[in-house]
Amino acid sequence: MKIQAPRTLACALAALLAVVAAPALAEASGNGEYRWLTFTVFAAVIALTMFITYLASKRVKSASDFYTAGGGISGFQNGWAIAGDYLSAASFLGIAGLISLYGYDGFMYSVGWLVAYITVLLLIAEPCRNIGKYTLADILAYRNDPKKTRVVGALSVITVSTFYLTAQMVGGGVLVKTLIGIDYEVSVVVVGVLMLSYVLFGGMVATTWVQIIKAILLVVASIVIVMLVWTPYGFSLPAFLQDVVSDPKVQARVATLLGDPAKNMSAVELGQRFLEPGLYFKAPVDQISLGMALVFGTAGLPHILMRFFTVPTAQAARKSVVWAMVIIGGFYVLTLFLGFGAAKHVGPAVIAGVDAGGNMAGPLLAQYIGGGPDSFFGNFMLAFVSAVAFATIVAVVAGLVLASASAMAHDLWVGVVKGGEAVAPAEQVRAARVATVLVGAMAIAIGIAAKGQNVAVLVGLAFAVAASANFPCVLLTLYWKRCNTTGVVAGMIVGTVAAVGLTLVSPNLTYPKAVRAAAHKVLDAEADKRAGIAEAKASGDAEAAAKAAKTEAALDKAVAKAKADMAKVEGQETSFIGLEKPLFELKNPGLISIPLGFLAVLLGSLLGRDKRSEDMWDEVYARQNTGLLISKSQAH
Amino acid sequence: MTNPQAINWSAVIADPRFQKLHRRKVAVLWGLMAFSVVYYFLLPIGAAYYQDLFRVKVWGVINVGILFALSEFVVAWAIAVFYSRLANLEFDRLAAEIAAHYQPRAGA
Repeated sequence: MKIQAPRTLACALAALLAVVAAPALAEASGNGEYRWLTFTVFAAVIALTMFITYLASKRVKSASDFYTAGGGISGFQNGWAIAGDYLSAASFLGIAGLISLYGYDGFMYSVGWLVAYITVLLLIAEPCRNIGKYTLADILAYRNDPKKTRVVGALSVITVSTFYLTAQMVGGGVLVKTLIGIDYEVSVVVVGVLMLSYVLFGGMVATTWVQIIKAILLVVASIVIVMLVWTPYGFSLPAFLQDVVSDPKVQARVATLLGDPAKNMSAVELGQRFLEPGLYFKAPVDQISLGMALVFGTAGLPHILMRFFTVPTAQAARKSVVWAMVIIGGFYVLTLFLGFGAAKHVGPAVIAGVDAGGNMAGPLLAQYIGGGPDSFFGNFMLAFVSAVAFATIVAVVAGLVLASASAMAHDLWVGVVKGGEAVAPAEQVRAARVATVLVGAMAIAIGIAAKGQNVAVLVGLAFAVAASANFPCVLLTLYWKRCNTTGVVAGMIVGTVAAVGLTLVSPNLTYPKAVRAAAHKVLDAEADKRAGIAEAKASGDAEAAAKAAKTEAALDKAVAKAKADMAKVEGQETSFIGLEKPLFELKNPGLISIPLGFLAVLLGSLLGRDKRSEDMWDEVYARQNTGLLISKSQAH
Repeated sequence: MTNPQAINWSAVIADPRFQKLHRRKVAVLWGLMAFSVVYYFLLPIGAAYYQDLFRVKVWGVINVGILFALSEFVVAWAIAVFYSRLANLEFDRLAAEIAAHYQPRAGA
């Protein structure tokens, strides 16, 4: 009965989903003639993942099955799953978009996402496998006061996951809306319900396989597109890039980005400028700060750490990071071609016109390369890439929800409320499922509530909190003898508060006065510019007139935007937290908050004393290095 | 589940083989970590302050900046392969020796 119940429920949920999703998907926009194609590809991907969840649900019997797939995932499989968990829509669509709009800076941005795994490989993956069980807080609680560290650890995990989750839900909702044209609210609910059904019934087993399948689909789709883009150049990188920078669309984009200084540059210079730094990142310090958050934050992301508990040994954990680095790095190299290819074939202006962040660069390139919007293959490619994007969102969200739910059920409920006493396996699984439903419902609610908000800042913030709170605490607990409960509690609180606090007073928020000033500047200059345009038109010179018409169109757009911005901040004087201007100039707080987090762990540990933390050091250090008590002989 | 108390952890730490493992790992892990962090941050620093260098064309339109960004991938992969080979050959053997010596009897 107990085992039957989830499966019956799963079927019911799948049926409900079909009722909600099918008509929504059927009315998908795009080329009406090919609507059935989009529908078929989406249905195939969803059916595949549902089938896996059904198979997985039979295997989820204990808490260990639910949280960590019973530790039965191989290193190679886990490498793919990490890639599937990590390559969110932001990196899959976002980086290709950045490259297509800003050239070199977009490619440079992708590097940090790979280098981050060096930290994970060298310092975090193996010790976590040897010491941990289900959650990040397990590692902290091993030698420190279990209740205190579980509370702060779980809260930090929930904070990081919620920021990331919100960004994924809102971004996902917008993306699904853009890709297949269904309502924002419907797409949030569809993403939420699908993800819930994977996690609820299939636990980590289903989540892992959904992530693996998604990663494989993503890599296959990218390789196919890159092959089609690159073959005409005989697989020569200079020839390909030469063609990109010679494209008038790319040159026009650089001229727009540079503004006045571009006037004295030749077309060749403008094109070459696309391959040089500085079109996107204006303040070097911002970029270094963001780089720190990426490189140290990844090692503190709870949904990534959790993946290392799904493999049996430290060797398998190591192998999984190496595979993940091959897949993730290889993917970013492919992104180079996707981004520059989209810039050449689709054009930055068209890409930015569909989505200002460039998220549609990859899908539009797929459509172009398949033969364009009127061809069967073009629409098939678009549908396929869209389905992969959809699977991406669902797979990443599933990993995040599992991480949050484990912090609630395993750390807060079993570890703190129940005081770590023996809790029956069935009750542990039930607690995990209840927490999953809570987190999932919350994700859907936040997704709908945050409609239209700019959530891009939340991804950076999630990495910043992970780097400033989770990373120092986990690292020093594993490697520093003097580290203790006081240090961990202080580090978690200071790291989180610093990262969140500095973001709240940063330029990321909307400052009505600044918005108004910028809008006024545009509007004040309008009259002069109009006069100039009229003069050029009247001059009789055909070339000047054509140029003036272009300037006029751009001016109309800028004026409309300025008016819209003014209307948005109508009657407001201060930002969301009551500031007239930012107190802190960095867009990402990492540069300041990461050292603060480390300092807090250091000072807290030196000032406080905890006998348990000291007594347990030998055990923690011996175990994290040797794998004693979890090595294979233990399994017999 | 074996009771962790069944193992004398101080003795494990004091074991010369463990001390050797510890020394080697500290040198290798933190050395590679420092190198990779420095090498990574050279990229944004170079892109911000050495733009003239990054602009120099080397291979057709490909400039120093693009080659340097690509080298970040190669270096990251090289570190991963180097470390995992070393760990597979050396660290795992030492760790397994120590574990075999101190592991409580199976079936306990």
